[in-house]
Amino acid sequence: METSLPWIILLSPLASAVLILLFAHRSKPLSVLLSLTAVFAAFGSTLLLFSSHSVVQTSATWIDLGPALHLTIGLKIDALTRVMLLVVTGIGALVHVYSTVYMAEDDGKARFFGSLSLFMFSMLGIVLADNLAMMFIFWELVGVSSFLLIGHWFTKPSAAKAANKAFLANRVGDFGFMSGILLVWAATGSVEFAGIQENLAKLTVNPSLLTLAGLCLFCGAVGKSAQVPLHVWLPDAMEGPTPVSALIHAATMVAAGVYMLARIFFILEPSPVALGVIAAVGAVTAVLAALMATQQDDIKRILAYSTLSQLGLMVAGIGVGAWGASMFHLFTHAFFKALLFLGSGAVIHALHHEQNIWKMGGLRRTMPKTFITFVIGTLALTGTPGLAGFFSKDAILLAAWHKSAFIFGAALFTSLLTAYYMTRLVVVAFFGEAWTPNAKHGHDCPPAMTVPLMILAVLSVISGYKFFAGSIFGEELFHSVHAAEHVSLVPILAVSVFSIGTAGAWFLYNGRSKDPVKIPLFRNKFYIDELYASLIAGTQDLLASFSSWFDHFILDGVIVRGISGLTWGVGYTLRLLQFSNLQGYAFLFGTGVVILFYMLIK
Amino acid sequence: MNPLTLNHYLLASGLLFSLGFAGVMLRRNIITIFMCLELMLNAANLSLVAFSRFHVGADGLPNYNAQVLVFFIITVAAAEVAVGLAIIVALYRARQTTHVEDIQSLKF
Repeated sequence: METSLPWIILLSPLASAVLILLFAHRSKPLSVLLSLTAVFAAFGSTLLLFSSHSVVQTSATWIDLGPALHLTIGLKIDALTRVMLLVVTGIGALVHVYSTVYMAEDDGKARFFGSLSLFMFSMLGIVLADNLAMMFIFWELVGVSSFLLIGHWFTKPSAAKAANKAFLANRVGDFGFMSGILLVWAATGSVEFAGIQENLAKLTVNPSLLTLAGLCLFCGAVGKSAQVPLHVWLPDAMEGPTPVSALIHAATMVAAGVYMLARIFFILEPSPVALGVIAAVGAVTAVLAALMATQQDDIKRILAYSTLSQLGLMVAGIGVGAWGASMFHLFTHAFFKALLFLGSGAVIHALHHEQNIWKMGGLRRTMPKTFITFVIGTLALTGTPGLAGFFSKDAILLAAWHKSAFIFGAALFTSLLTAYYMTRLVVVAFFGEAWTPNAKHGHDCPPAMTVPLMILAVLSVISGYKFFAGSIFGEELFHSVHAAEHVSLVPILAVSVFSIGTAGAWFLYNGRSKDPVKIPLFRNKFYIDELYASLIAGTQDLLASFSSWFDHFILDGVIVRGISGLTWGVGYTLRLLQFSNLQGYAFLFGTGVVILFYMLIK
Repeated sequence: MNPLTLNHYLLASGLLFSLGFAGVMLRRNIITIFMCLELMLNAANLSLVAFSRFHVGADGLPNYNAQVLVFFIITVAAAEVAVGLAIIVALYRARQTTHVEDIQSLKF
């Protein structure tokens, strides 16, 4: 029973995806039913798995090339996997339920649920994989399903472009990931986590090789978890339907990078350089994204930049060695960020696809359920004492405090900005008056949408406490979450930056119908998209003009015309010997014969 | 004894060849050039026959191989003359001339 549960979790979404995309795509209700059944089967099996805390491992041989390469399709269930399984299947189930209403009117509903099931299958594959090769396959599969879901409304050019952008940016990171896997395989001769760990201990390879391998693997996380410099795809991915943003681009897929880093932490641990780079990238992402979030007007984009910033915080947490704390933040963040996205989806749904916060306002009266849950999510995200985000952020801050002043400062500054931009969002969208006639017609959505919001709101409150998180993480893992020594100054600092940020945004934005602060640099995302566009356009132009030059001058010029020109030139020169005197020819002929004989006889 | 030695024959052959060669070099009429070519050919034949007559083997007889060769050359030359003259006749019909300096359309 125990060994078959992981297979049920992994394969039921696959079965649903195959059935929907091959047979049931003509019938919307049947597709929804299949998809819901699959996700609840996975969720139920996950809950059953929690009944025992032993490590379950089950595998089947896939490729066997002797001792050099033995690949298995193996599933491994330990404490880390359990946490991720619960996040993925739990939020997945809520998002499925929510989507039944959110996508009710959509023509592509069956396709949507098929893709969603495919995504669940791929994501669960990453979580369950017991070796890097298998993880890489599912890593690519989530990329594909993310592409399908971002581009769900593919007739809209911006959605199609965003899907391409996400896929391409991920490919860049995946290339690094693959190189990292190959390097690890070359160094240790194994791609299984257990095998790598075993061989790593008795290994005496050059430490810089392991650093390189670690950094290459980190490239995969940079792509998937949207860290600087590959972060540009995540805000654009908001073109997809909002439930997709909540599930894939906030709670699960983008967290896969952090999960992967936590999984392979034993490879990174011996290398201070790799950890330093990871911490720096995470901190820079956290601060940059938070700054960008302060000036966005689109409700989903604010949340997207917030996600970027929180992912940066988790990656920085890995970089300072606190992978337990990062996983804890991933866990709590998944709940409240999914809540915020689903809440914003409810607003967008109620206001007929209006996403600009300056065209909302006063929604607290017309959408009370959404308002209350959204505020709970906001408070949890900004780190209000007593809510989930406070505990998990505190764990990362503590670890950073002991390791590096720079990382700690960046994390603290990010917390300040988080409080600021989230308060701005709530104040502008929910408080004040309705700024447009459209905003007056806000209304709470049907229970299939509000109930998931309420469940997530409850989880956003309790998921930080030990009685809840401790029982899910298990004793051992939860201990590593709070490995860092407690310093009472850290929570005090965290609470004070939270108060400053919240109060500042409240006074700045309360009752405003226009943005009083205008910082073009932040609004335009530091011009990074433009920089990439010009860089890529520049390199492309350069490459194109070089190819054109090569074609014209080397291929056409030297090779084709060169050979014909040489032949023609030799012919032209030899033609000059024709001087039209028969006797002259005879004389030359005779002279030639004489010279030949002379040479023969001599 | 025959007062004529091999050298006399070779001298006559060389003279004939030189006359032929001078004719080929200096004359401008194709027919004349053609006749001079024949002269050079026969000079070669003459030296071949002379060599043959003066090369006496162990049995006291001359070596006749070269004389047979000369017959062949004469035969082939006759055929060649027929072809050559035919070309010249065709040329004359086309250009109304047998003067080499008038025939230069292959020149660049």
